[in-house]
Amino acid sequence: MAGKTLYDKVWESHVVNEDDDGTVLLYIDRHLVHEVTSPQAFEGLQLAGRQPWRISSMLAVADHNVPTTARDAGIDDPVSKLQVDTLDDNCEAYGITEFKMNDLRQGIVHVIGPEQGATLPGMTVVCGDSHTSTHGAFGALAFGIGTSEVEHVMATQCLVQKKSKAMLVSVDGQTGPGVTAKDIVLAIISEIGTAGGTGYTIEFGGDAIRALSMEGRMTVCNMSIEAGARAGMVAVDQTTIDYVKERPFSPSAHHWDKAVAAWQQLHSDADAQFDKVVRLDASSIQPQVSWGTSPEMVTDVNGQVPDPASVDDPIKSEGMQRALEYMGLTPATAIQDIKLDRVFIGSCTNSRIEDLRAAAEVIKKRKVASTVKQAMVVPGSGLVKQQAENEGLDTLFTDAGFEWREPGCSMCLAMNADKLEPGERCASTSNRNFEGRQGQGGRTHLVSPAMAAAAAIAGHFVDVREF
Amino acid sequence: MKSFTQIDGLVVPMMRSNVDTDAIIPKQFLKSIKRSGFGVNLFDAWRYDDPGFPGQDASTRQPTKDFILNAPRYKGAQILLAGDNFGCGSSREHAVWALDDYGFRSVIAPSFADIFFNNSFKSGFLPIVVEEAVVERFAAECEASEGYRLSIDLAAQTVTTPSGDVTTFEIDAFRKHCLLNGFDDIGLTLQKRDAIEQYEAARKQSAPWLFT
Ligand code: SF4
Repeated sequence: MAGKTLYDKVWESHVVNEDDDGTVLLYIDRHLVHEVTSPQAFEGLQLAGRQPWRISSMLAVADHNVPTTARDAGIDDPVSKLQVDTLDDNCEAYGITEFKMNDLRQGIVHVIGPEQGATLPGMTVVCGDSHTSTHGAFGALAFGIGTSEVEHVMATQCLVQKKSKAMLVSVDGQTGPGVTAKDIVLAIISEIGTAGGTGYTIEFGGDAIRALSMEGRMTVCNMSIEAGARAGMVAVDQTTIDYVKERPFSPSAHHWDKAVAAWQQLHSDADAQFDKVVRLDASSIQPQVSWGTSPEMVTDVNGQVPDPASVDDPIKSEGMQRALEYMGLTPATAIQDIKLDRVFIGSCTNSRIEDLRAAAEVIKKRKVASTVKQAMVVPGSGLVKQQAENEGLDTLFTDAGFEWREPGCSMCLAMNADKLEPGERCASTSNRNFEGRQGQGGRTHLVSPAMAAAAAIAGHFVDVREF
Repeated sequence: MKSFTQIDGLVVPMMRSNVDTDAIIPKQFLKSIKRSGFGVNLFDAWRYDDPGFPGQDASTRQPTKDFILNAPRYKGAQILLAGDNFGCGSSREHAVWALDDYGFRSVIAPSFADIFFNNSFKSGFLPIVVEEAVVERFAAECEASEGYRLSIDLAAQTVTTPSGDVTTFEIDAFRKHCLLNGFDDIGLTLQKRDAIEQYEAARKQSAPWLFT
């Protein structure tokens, strides 16, 4: 019999019940909750007169709607405020642990889970948010769910699931200097396409993935969903175990050795079979910049905006044409000639301490270009922000002309006050370049933190390796 | 949960790939703490010329002229035809609620994003996967004849065109059963309460650090 994949192992250890047709009741270890996708679930629970099954599995935080400035004054927008207050009230009513807006531990839900040790290897982790895939970096099975499923997990601690297929994406060899986890994952998406991972759980492997820090692995797993996969995973190794150690929710000293012994099994067996294997050569990956309105519309920093006329498939060609119109770009424009109005460094893809260090490193006492209206840094959590301030990164940013903000989702989806105006062009370290994502009519280019910082200084995209 | 058995509905073709949930219902409308009322803002940025905000009176707004849902012949459509990877992006179930609230009961596409696909069933909404060539044929027929309707029969797993041409589709047996009967799946899962408790007890022994 063939060996097991990492996905098989985590899946099998959570099966409560399996029907003949393969429908499984899957046990959920960790349920992360935020304000946008939970109110209707709490309401459903109340209407049905049900209680949450296991409150200790839940951790809640408001991140999408929170302002990133002047927080002491509370939330201005009454609709946003109601949603955050509703989360506070629900958590209080049920006794659910919540990091409130002015708690130092508050931040983007996918940043704080790992930071707190609330995400552990081998767990099943869910959240009413598609970027829950982030937590797969720990060898956890982590995926986003809709609000009805949020209610289902609250009420039963389980989800009704069918197993997906398994894909291995192996990034072999070493990346060159200046090429980051973000560039790796954008290159993967451009290779397999935004629907390439649909129906699969992806395991990311290969030397280039092994060489990444936990922050980098989270960046890669974060964007699994942009490749169509609900979940992405990375095998557990010493890097994982070192990261998890001594965090607030991590196993106590009493359980530590037993936990580590279990975690050390969390890798695919050498003879495991995948339904699909994709290989990329790490050394060929260049810094990436997206040019369109889907994360697969991406190219090298030294490349050009492509020509829809060169594509045969009419639906694809039309899609490219629409994207170029929306983005205000013409075919054959050099990526480095694209000028920017704003720069956003943040989001659950790239707002961890390592991301901020990488961006700060590029600045080197230079100033944000005068043509750039706004450049901002939004740390992923209060603790990331504090750490960055301890290292003096905030001063590096503010001296250069960046704004230094309070933690939250911010301009990743522009649900709070941080947004692009129609027609404005932004270099963003977030994960989605959809139409209107960062504000109606706003134009998003996805890049790594180092590339975003370099673009802020230059006023247009530049190759960070020559910067 | 709302049930789905069969419908005979007006069809609207929107043959784009990668229609994402941000486009289906833009983020400013996710601030609602309710499940209803999203229909007026379905495809908001594509459907209106003016920027939308929650609580607006829709009758005062400027509909975008060439957006397909605004064409009078598609008023009251219940079945949407779409391209590959429909519903990609954010997990927001509000996307399904918006389609449902607008009056749609089903989307027919060559492929769907996983989370959207799962979410659909929870509102008695039926995502149907058929080959791209078939969706394109439906779309061409639809464009050619005003008032074009398709009839969907879930029990028989068929889509029938006005000329009587029948296409069958696949659906997971459990989902079909729940949808036909309008079952509340939390209720069904809670019937397995003992199994969940047993699993939990065993897991507390094997992985006690997960339960602190
Ligand atoms: S940072 Fe962006 S992608 Fe991440 S959870 Fe927030 S809104 Fe979603």
